[in-house]
Amino acid sequence: MAESKWTPKEPMVSAKDVHKSFGDLEVLKGVSMDVMKGDCVCVIGPSGSGKSTYIRCINALNPIDSGSIEVEGQEVNDPHLDKLELRKKVGMVFQQYNLFPHKTALENIMMAPMRVLKEPKDEVETRARELIKKVRLEGKEDSFPGELSGGQQQRVAIARSLAMRPDVMLFDEVTAALDPETVKEVLVTIRDLAEEGMTCILVTHEMGFAREVANHIYFTDRGVIVEHGPPKTFFTKAKDPRTKEFLSQIL
Amino acid sequence: MLQSIQDYFRQLAETNPSWNFIYIYDPVQTARVLDGLWMTIILSVVCVILSVVIGVVGALLQGSPRRWVRSVVQGYIQFFRNTPPLIQLLFFYFALGQFTPSYSPDGWLEVPIISNVGWAIISLSFFAGAFNVEIFRSGIEAVPESTKEASESLGMNRLQTYIYVVLPLAFRVSLPSLNNNLVNLVKTTTQAIVIAVPELLYQLVSIYNDYSTAQNACMVLMFLVYIVLVGILVLGMNRWERGMRIPGYGA
Repeated sequence: MAESKWTPKEPMVSAKDVHKSFGDLEVLKGVSMDVMKGDCVCVIGPSGSGKSTYIRCINALNPIDSGSIEVEGQEVNDPHLDKLELRKKVGMVFQQYNLFPHKTALENIMMAPMRVLKEPKDEVETRARELIKKVRLEGKEDSFPGELSGGQQQRVAIARSLAMRPDVMLFDEVTAALDPETVKEVLVTIRDLAEEGMTCILVTHEMGFAREVANHIYFTDRGVIVEHGPPKTFFTKAKDPRTKEFLSQIL
Repeated sequence: MLQSIQDYFRQLAETNPSWNFIYIYDPVQTARVLDGLWMTIILSVVCVILSVVIGVVGALLQGSPRRWVRSVVQGYIQFFRNTPPLIQLLFFYFALGQFTPSYSPDGWLEVPIISNVGWAIISLSFFAGAFNVEIFRSGIEAVPESTKEASESLGMNRLQTYIYVVLPLAFRVSLPSLNNNLVNLVKTTTQAIVIAVPELLYQLVSIYNDYSTAQNACMVLMFLVYIVLVGILVLGMNRWERGMRIPGYGA
């Protein structure tokens, strides 16, 4: 792979006119978005608007049909894409946590750095223990996912992703499957990350979080970005009728 | 002690001609039983191991992107699953056995390279292996797509995902069915009698052909030995299942 010519002054993630169809159904109809280093971006919108599909395209879990997504200068829409190189840069957390059920919390976090990056075990373990502390799960190192609550599992999933030291984190409706009480513990973890300067892209329905933490909000509907802007203007001065209707329903 | 037991059964055979436990007091017959038992154990252990290896390899090949590979595996499964193992044994030994080369260890007698025991092992392993392929395949299919995606999003390639995530989970799902199939395999080893493999059934039938009064006693022993052998196998498999159980996962 050619050396990346990316510099922090350019967008870290840059999507241009992304199209994606599943069979006859066109889910993304030309999505464009620039995310700078250190940004925390929230993508909101009604179900089926393509927002999850979009962030899954960023780390090539879904290949795109046309357009371009560049992550630190690496083009994702490339038949010879080096997925490993891409995924070292991009961490992803899922709605259903998707932890490895046969591994303890600590082993979940250690697996990828050991198997993918081939880092020595004790080094990885030290880092994994720090990450456990960071997501406030001390004492749960040896618990299996089945023994943890949803919120705890989700925090392990975040730590597992961070263990690969990504430059950008994708969060795909990570609180949608959680109880209201445990939503907060996960959001606090993500907020801490954002405040430390981690570049985050979230698909979420948590408007309070979006308003408080995000520095840019995108509203998507039926495969297009209808409107976007910083939270202050977005929530109070939405122009598009579809945005207004959506906001009036959930706020 | 042993002497008095033997005397008791010698007595019993004289007073009660239909209950001649000849293998207890006649050392020649005892040796035949022990030889047969040993052969049965060897057949069982070797076939169990080989059939599991065939099952794992077959299940992996069945996930191959190449169509012809999948067709070959499918053909193999259909053939071995849809025909009686007894006929398979006869076919392997008498039909295929004609075409294998022979050699002459003493420069006098021509001996085929694959003996009847060899053919029994091959035939029974492939018979049980066909079922094992299906058992492992269903286990592999039970691993959720989302778990594999999580693994891939961490940068693991298909092979790493298979080795560290899919197979350990699939194996746990497969164990109860595998347990059943291996029990069947151990019992099916008796059919090797048709190609004169000197296993337990063969030896005991020979004994009661020589001493017709020993027939009932031989049958009793047959049942007892198989109850114990299969019992040990089931005990081991159950212990293994328990050992592999993940806290908080599944039933």
